Amino acid sequence: MTAAFVLDAGLALLVVAVAVWTIAAGSAFAAVVGFVTFGLLLALAWVRLAAVDVALTEAAVGSGITGALLITAAARLRPTEQRSAAERPAVPMRVAAGVLAVAVFAGLAALVLFPADPAPTLASQAAVHLPELGVGNAVTAVLIAYRALDTLLEKVVLLLALIGVWSLAPDRFWGGAPGLRPSASLGGELTLLGRLLPPVGIVVGIYILWVGAIAPGGAFQGGAILAAMWLLVMIAGLQAVPETGQRWVRMVLVAGPAVFLAVGFAGFALPDGFLSYPAQFAKPLIIVIEVVLTLSIAAILGLLVAGPPERERQR
Amino acid sequence: MRILLDIVTVVAVSAGAVFFLAGTVGLLRFPDSLSRLHALTKADNLGLGLVVLGLLPQADGVLAALKLVAVWLLAQLAGATVTQLVARAARRGGQRA
Repeated sequence: MTAAFVLDAGLALLVVAVAVWTIAAGSAFAAVVGFVTFGLLLALAWVRLAAVDVALTEAAVGSGITGALLITAAARLRPTEQRSAAERPAVPMRVAAGVLAVAVFAGLAALVLFPADPAPTLASQAAVHLPELGVGNAVTAVLIAYRALDTLLEKVVLLLALIGVWSLAPDRFWGGAPGLRPSASLGGELTLLGRLLPPVGIVVGIYILWVGAIAPGGAFQGGAILAAMWLLVMIAGLQAVPETGQRWVRMVLVAGPAVFLAVGFAGFALPDGFLSYPAQFAKPLIIVIEVVLTLSIAAILGLLVAGPPERERQR
Repeated sequence: MRILLDIVTVVAVSAGAVFFLAGTVGLLRFPDSLSRLHALTKADNLGLGLVVLGLLPQADGVLAALKLVAVWLLAQLAGATVTQLVARAARRGGQRA
């Protein structure tokens, strides 16, 4: 107990320390570095809590892809950073932020200090129906079956976020290639990494998607790894950044949510309602949805990081 | 046999931790970017390598052991590339303390 307790306490203290350091960091770039570190430590904390699914998602999406997004944002904001750092929010704003932060802290503290006994859980009910779905991982079952509507809406929100990013482009660039450019000045090392890593990364991404049926993993984590490989190849200049208006790009982006929706509506006709799977096809249907979703997630995350279109469309 | 493997683990992981400690001290204490990177690579290569080496006897099965080695190799590849990139950026941007 003692060694594990020391490890956990140290990890918890480190998470809090890095969080404070991130807030207090002098520049946006330093804060992003702190945020990525915070995410990786948080992933370790989730592993210690035996929530490996959450840990994988935190590391791949919360820390990795979000970190890349924030780095590009910090780079764009650099010219205005000094000016905005000098600005101070008004007193009522600061008071409101403080009160809200204390309220959230008090709520969380109350939950931890006075836990309900017995703790409310749906775990046993989630486990009962796993054989019918042909899925061994309860988290995947929750995401893709019990709470499929949430997952579907989440993917639609991702699409909306991408459209939001694209909308930052001036009209004449609509449908053009994103601002991400291969950096010629980065030299040969990145080219080497861009050639060596993707074969490994693509296998790992597909493995994480596939193993999600029986062990921690799934569409979001696998998709994030595939997106990272795509971005690496694009930044290394080995593969052109696609124009956002091209038909195949748009098709890949909407394929995941579209297939999910189609299966959902088919649920009206076949079994007994929206997003319900017929018992004998549950497993194949879930695999089809997961595979297509993974492709769409990879494309959406990659293009989110690539940023708004910055070049005119070549016709 | 078991106890022998455990000793190997303890010795190798401890040695790895020493390299991590030395690398971190170097990162904090060295005067310029290039020598700080130099310190960091010791933690990446030798530190992680020794930790993986020490964990190999504890892995259940060949597959798990291979995964550990793969982690080390991938960290090597990423570490070496990023070190080159950071060093290039540091040289171009002028040495800032």
